[in-house]
Amino acid sequence: MDKRISPLSRIFLIVMFALLYLPIFYLIFYSFNSGGTMYGFENFTLDWYRELFQNTRLLIIVLNTVVIALLSALISTIIGVLGAMMINKVRSRRAKDSLLSLNNILIVSPDVIIGASFLILFTIAGLKLGFYSVLLSHIAFSIPIVVLMVLPKISEMSPSLLDAARDLGASRWEVMTKVVIPYITPGIFAGFFMALTYSLDDFAVTFFVTGNGFTTLSVEIYSLARRGISLDINALSTIIFLITMVIVVIYYLITNRTKKAPDMEVFK
Amino acid sequence: MENKTTRSLYMIPYVIWIAFFVIAPILLVLYYSFQDLNGDFSLTNYQNFFTPIYLEMTLSSFWYAFLITLVTLLFAYPTAYLLTKLKHKQLWLLLIIVPSWINLLLKAYAFLGIFGTYGMANKLLEAVGIGSRQLLFTDFSFVFVAVYIFIPFMILPIFNSLDKLNPTYLDAANDLGASRWTTFRRIVFPLTIDGVKAGCQITFIPALSLFMLTRLIAGSQVITLGTAIEQQFLVTQDWGMGSTIAVFLIIFMFIVMFATGTKRRRARG
Repeated sequence: MDKRISPLSRIFLIVMFALLYLPIFYLIFYSFNSGGTMYGFENFTLDWYRELFQNTRLLIIVLNTVVIALLSALISTIIGVLGAMMINKVRSRRAKDSLLSLNNILIVSPDVIIGASFLILFTIAGLKLGFYSVLLSHIAFSIPIVVLMVLPKISEMSPSLLDAARDLGASRWEVMTKVVIPYITPGIFAGFFMALTYSLDDFAVTFFVTGNGFTTLSVEIYSLARRGISLDINALSTIIFLITMVIVVIYYLITNRTKKAPDMEVFK
Repeated sequence: MENKTTRSLYMIPYVIWIAFFVIAPILLVLYYSFQDLNGDFSLTNYQNFFTPIYLEMTLSSFWYAFLITLVTLLFAYPTAYLLTKLKHKQLWLLLIIVPSWINLLLKAYAFLGIFGTYGMANKLLEAVGIGSRQLLFTDFSFVFVAVYIFIPFMILPIFNSLDKLNPTYLDAANDLGASRWTTFRRIVFPLTIDGVKAGCQITFIPALSLFMLTRLIAGSQVITLGTAIEQQFLVTQDWGMGSTIAVFLIIFMFIVMFATGTKRRRARG
């Protein structure tokens, strides 16, 4: 830390950081407790991890969650990129703004409302609640964020780049695959990762649109936690924490390699 | 012409998405809000909403959202301010963001342990001589956990606006004899108000609609608009009433967005 801040401020910052990380490390710490509770550490044990890996039901749920996240991120990235291209083509300022407003509705809507309205939608459409309803919802709420990540990249692309490609005899397909896509790749990656984390993190929407037969991790943890504490969840959270850290590192390596990545736009 | 149509084919998925997953759901919620339990058109739901039970719930939901936003701001602003003074500030900022990447449910679950009867918080209270007490299922723990969840999303926009602040303004204020408090009140805060607004927006709207945290941490102590919607949809199965509350939540959302400027953001939760 720096010398420019007073000792009091430094203590404040240290306390803030400690508080932010406390729950995470609390979970990890007790995942090694042989006592079976989140208090009174007895002995070091790896039993909960062993139990976790024997719990096929939970492992299937983890698999479901990952499959939903990857599929929804992939599909929403494709649709989002197409959407960003479409918005970019719109000339009139007003039409563009209204399209963007429509795009952003699902970003600002509270999760409960997205979940409830999708529940109505799927019920009316006669879609059975389960894998497909969850997948469709995740695709739906991830598309707008992909658009927001990709759009700045597309609009900053100089039109002369495309003209040059066409002058040199590139077909429309070649312009797309050899010029446009490589140029906007950082935006696509940022969008894909955001979609991935949105999907992995989602609880509320999934809670509404998942039927009895299908569960994702968040929903499962919720129903487990309502019943009380079980240290399998702690073991699982340690693993999730490690995976999250790996994803964060990869994400930042990718976006920082391309300097000013559009990802920070979301936070600004 | 033929060529132009095929050229527009790529728009189809996105347009379908807008039609079916953006516009249709809103219209459906609106439509259902005008239906009573028998599926007939009626205004009963709206009448019900203006009964004391629902008005009180709305008020308490607003009160908690306000409290959560205020406490979050009180802790986030100094943190963001101090972060901008650090040497590797972007790295520290990243460390602030990282906890927000961990699944929300796991963090809520961790607090079940920390605030539990024999948990760490009670151990701490005993150690300082206050003695252990019921922490879980109180409104204190609810506000605490909600602040914990939202604080990174509040720090980020404030940090960004503080970071953009031109330091020569501060030198000028200093040269002209302004005290540190005057500089903060008259220069720093007004110039970073956009970040504060964005942070408040990002916190207030989700805080109005929290239902998972409410259920897990506050038990039956706190009822928010979010829990009410979830209750109506998934427990009582009264979609009409649930949709009506949702309509009001959407209206409140637009009011809050309007009041805090037009920039839009999202927090998880």
